[in-house]
Parts: sequence; structure tokens; C-alpha cells
Amino acid sequence: MNWKRAFLFTAGLGAPAIALLSYGMTRNPRDIPSPLPGREAPVFTRPVFAPGADSVLRLPVGDSVRLAAHRGQIVVVNFWASWCLACRDEHLDLSQTATAFAPKGVRFYGLLYNDKENNGLRWISDMGGQAYPALSDPGARTAIDYGLYGVPETFVVDQRGRVAHKFIGPVGRVQLSKLLDSLLIANGDSTRVGPPDVSTDAAVTRAVTPPAAGVAKP
Amino acid sequence: MIMRAGRRSPRALPGALPGALSRTLRRTLRRGLLLSALVFSPRFQSAQSATSVAPPESTPESTPATTQSTAPSASQAVIAPPLPGVNLEFDERVKRIASRLRCPVCQGESIQDSPAELSAQMKTLVREQLANGKTETEVLDYFLGKYGQWILLEPRAEGINLLVYWLPVLFLVLGAGGIWMVVRKWTRPRPVPADSSLAPTTDENGLAGVASE
Repeated sequence: MNWKRAFLFTAGLGAPAIALLSYGMTRNPRDIPSPLPGREAPVFTRPVFAPGADSVLRLPVGDSVRLAAHRGQIVVVNFWASWCLACRDEHLDLSQTATAFAPKGVRFYGLLYNDKENNGLRWISDMGGQAYPALSDPGARTAIDYGLYGVPETFVVDQRGRVAHKFIGPVGRVQLSKLLDSLLIANGDSTRVGPPDVSTDAAVTRAVTPPAAGVAKP
Repeated sequence: MIMRAGRRSPRALPGALPGALSRTLRRTLRRGLLLSALVFSPRFQSAQSATSVAPPESTPESTPATTQSTAPSASQAVIAPPLPGVNLEFDERVKRIASRLRCPVCQGESIQDSPAELSAQMKTLVREQLANGKTETEVLDYFLGKYGQWILLEPRAEGINLLVYWLPVLFLVLGAGGIWMVVRKWTRPRPVPADSSLAPTTDENGLAGVASE
């Protein structure tokens, strides 16, 4: 056997295989590429079951929220559930960002995914309130419409009604604020809001007591 | 059922004849067959899915979905003819689509096989869309638009996906060609002494040529 030829043969077959496998190691198999960003956001009409603590965002229970009616506004749609642990991590960040961006016309909605409304209400009060209204999603229709495969997932719908970004897993206030700022600037609004203050404990209680006491509103 | 029969047979074995044993075996087998026929019969499955899946709010009236009323009769489903109002052909279509769609919260399972809540809800959606007159490709396209190619358990044979389908064939052809070449080389008769006797003469000629120059 010609050893040089054997070596070349093995290397020729092995190197691409190893290259392919090592490329695979750099990818997260749980990352499902969503076709939604850049496309028209699926519209929904969903009833409010928790009003929200922020005075600007607050909506009466039972009201229907129509996404289609929010053209010209940025809408942040967050899917959550009381049984979801990661939703606890992002809860405060979302509430603070919602309050900070409310005067700019940005609207936040939480859609309850495969959960009972009572559990959702209890969770909200356990967590010290939520700044924005929570909507129910019976049969997970809207969730499937958004190609949801877990909670939390957060979709940012821009002023033209398109999905600007999809966050998988808990959202941080800094990344969300940056995205919202850039969307506002792209639409001609030059004043930045920036990430809200990180006065954690004060912010939790602030979310329960509706009137603004804490986070600076520009 | 099978378990109990299995446990009984060793006790009966010492005195029992092979015939008796085979009778027990046959009975067990028949029961197993009956049971599996019952479990895998489309009626039983759809009855099950109707009880566990159907959301209380909005299965449209037009859906010929099997309702709870079929559940009690499921025990006799093996022999009973299909009840009026049970559209087996429709259920079959739902099942065909559902077994092509991946369950988003499972690992490599279709929404047909998965017991997850989301799968049940997706199946309800498939059922509704079909009932509203959508074709099978339209229903699949809906899910493709939401989840992308990932939602299909079997990738479509187009674009880069073609590699998945044709690379194995290519390797098979290459491998077969390689084996054929190697085998031909092995089995080729060695051109033995004649050549070895020739070589020196040519060499000699060459040398002679060099020497003569």
C-alpha cells in the first residue's frame, strides 16, 4: 500500500467531514430561524384580562386589543406564562422599558400562552404588578400565528406593522431599549429614551402603585 | 391483559401439553391483535383526540370532527360500521398533514404523535383550516410561513436540501466505482516472468546504446 496515497485519501474524505461537524458545533440546534422578521406581523384581536399598572398603557379589563389599529406605533408583543421560569427574569425589564417608552407611543402587550387567566393574574400580583396590559390567547391561536415554540418570546412590531425583531428567551432592558430607540429614530423621532434606570427594588413597588414615582420619563 | 396471560402460563406449564400452551399463546396473540386494532383504528384515535383536543370555544359547526359521542362506542369500534357523521376520510387528511408537521415543543416528533398541548392546538388548527376549504398544501404553507422549513419533518426536495437527497446516491455510486476498480486491480493476472525477462533486455539495449555513443 502506498502510504502517501492512503494518507491523502483519508485526509480528503476526513477533512470535509470534520469541517462540517465542527461548523455544526458552533450552531445552536434549538435556534429555529423564524421567517417572520421583515414580514407583516400577524394581526390579532385579543381581550384584556389584566389592565396594566402604567397610567398611559392601562386598559380596562374586557377591552379588545387590535394590532391592526396600532399602525404608526411600535408594538411590543410578549408571550409569557405563569409556569415559565424565564419569564420571571425578563418581567421587570419589560415593565420598566414599557413605562419608559410609553410617552413615545410604544405599546406593550403580554399574551398569556397556554395558561389560565387566574394563574396569570396571581403571577402578576406575585411579581409586583405589570406595567402593561395582559391579553388572553385562547387555543394559542395568536401564538401559533407568530410561530411560537416556547415562552418567553418577544416580537417587536414596527410602525408599518412589520415584525422588526424577534427575541427568543428573556429580553434585557438594554437590548430592547436600543432596538426601540433605533426604530423611533428611523421613523424621524430624534430624541432617545435609552434604557430605563436600574433602581430595582423601587421599580418593583413602583409598578404596583400606578402613578409615576421612580423611573425618569423624558 | 397480555401480562396476566403470561404470568398464568408458567403455573399451568408443568402439567400442560404443548397444545394447551399454544392455545394460551394464540389467545394472547389474538387479544393483542384485537387491542392493537382497536388502538390503531382511526376512529379510536380521533375519538381520543376529540376528547382531549377540541377547545371549548370554537370548533365550527361545519367541522365534521368526531365528537365525544363516538367515545363510548370506541370499545366496539372494531366491528361496528362507521357511524353517520364520522368522516374517516377527513380525519385521514388531518392525520396526514399532522404527521408531516414537527411539534415545536418536542424533540423530533410530529404533532400527530405528540401529546403536548401546543400540538393539540396546532392539530385543531389544521382541522379547522381543512374544514374551511383549504387544501393540504395551503395548510402546510400556513405553517411554513410561521415556522419556516423547520416545521416540516421531511425537508422539501429543493435548493440546498437536494444535497440531502442526492449526496447518499452520489457516495453510493462513487463507492461502487471505487470497489469495482480495486477488485479489478486485485483480480487482474500478474504479467509475470515474461516482463521481468524483457526488462533486462531493454535495459541492456539502453545501456548498449549509451555505451555505443
